Amino acid sequence: MADTVSPPDGLLQRLLAGQTIALAKSITAVENDTPQAAELLAGIQPHLGRALVVGFTGPPGAGKSTLVNALIVELRRRERSVGVVAVDPSSPLTGGAILGDRIRMSEHTRDPGVFVRSLAARGHLGGLSPMAARVIDVMDAAGRDVVIVETVGAGQSEVEIAEIADIRVVICAPGLGDDVQAIKAGILEIADILVVNKADLPLAERTVSQLKGMLSLREAGMAEVPVLSTTATNGEGVIALADAVETRAGTLSGGAVGPEERAARALRRVRRLLADAAAQRVRRLIREDSGVNVDDLCTQVQRGELGVNVAAAQLLQRLKEPE
Amino acid sequence: MTAPARVLVTKIGFDGHDRGSRIVAAYLRDAGMEVVYTGPWQETADVVALATQEDVDVIGISSLATDHLLLPDLMSALRDNGLGHVQVVVGGIVPDQDVQDLRSAGVAAIFHPGSTREQIVDEIARLAEEARAAA
Repeated sequence: MADTVSPPDGLLQRLLAGQTIALAKSITAVENDTPQAAELLAGIQPHLGRALVVGFTGPPGAGKSTLVNALIVELRRRERSVGVVAVDPSSPLTGGAILGDRIRMSEHTRDPGVFVRSLAARGHLGGLSPMAARVIDVMDAAGRDVVIVETVGAGQSEVEIAEIADIRVVICAPGLGDDVQAIKAGILEIADILVVNKADLPLAERTVSQLKGMLSLREAGMAEVPVLSTTATNGEGVIALADAVETRAGTLSGGAVGPEERAARALRRVRRLLADAAAQRVRRLIREDSGVNVDDLCTQVQRGELGVNVAAAQLLQRLKEPE
Repeated sequence: MTAPARVLVTKIGFDGHDRGSRIVAAYLRDAGMEVVYTGPWQETADVVALATQEDVDVIGISSLATDHLLLPDLMSALRDNGLGHVQVVVGGIVPDQDVQDLRSAGVAAIFHPGSTREQIVDEIARLAEEARAAA
């Protein structure tokens, strides 16, 4: 960490050498999509695919950050270097954010084997941030053995983590009312490992059996999903969680994920990135009423003369052929 | 479109009264900044590691019980670790007699009691831009 700021052209080399400052600067470049980012991303391509990417998702307050902290303790005991990408929501009104996930991870702040980066979701839906996948790649390129990705507190539809992570850990807590009900439709289906955290609370056992019951209804032939109990605050059950992660990693070919699946995922990721960028552009054009006139369409929709879908199709047509 | 300013809001030393730092963190969030919030009891080396990993533009230290006296150490630790461009501000109780020392150590702004939301937000936004230009 004693390196001084050097010219940007050395950034890629220093990143690949695992330098902390270079990793931090590279993440900033990628997150902000600076001109330097493209060069960096191209440069790291040959070095990707070594890290095991573990996603943590679950409802707010389930204990994701605390459990990540406890897992880091165990991973460090196993001499793995760790990168953490912790995503918190941005305000939809101001774009500002309070990034507080690392409050729970403070015991690792000074460990050079642990690098935590907080990201704001920046208006991105799906539980991650627009550039989260690329930030993970940068951590991979820097030589982190395990990259843990913590989503924003997620409900039913934040399944984006499924595309990005090699191993998906879904966390729930007992006694959050219909918590289990709430997650069953969406994120439960993407879980490779289910964790009931706060296992010291009275309803924990019931939550475990509810989850097991739900899993028993799945189609035969699907990969087995372990249901674990943890108490992240005192580390109970965390060794079993680390074991489950490593067992699952072992069943994936080539250490993490096979090259074909990885390529397919990368393609899906780029496709989504393009879709998001295009949508953002169109949204700006329409909202700011610049580049294309939408007043007449708005009026027609408002009067009920035109359906929203039809109007949208006409609008896209206009964008294609500017007046 | 420029990226939001990134600010680390934290406390060093033994004092755990973090209400002020939370309020300021909320001010900055409401001004559209991305605030990494850590809670109290950080050591100088922690702040250096946090600022490095999070690549922040500004560090805001809340000090109510003489913890500001640790700031000259923090400033030199930041410089030693390649973070000389990061702007450091302090808010809370800073006696007049200490102001000059902090200024000489490189602290960019000192917010005394009575500082308004506007003053704090504007100054930090300005310093964030300065830090980025120097990074």
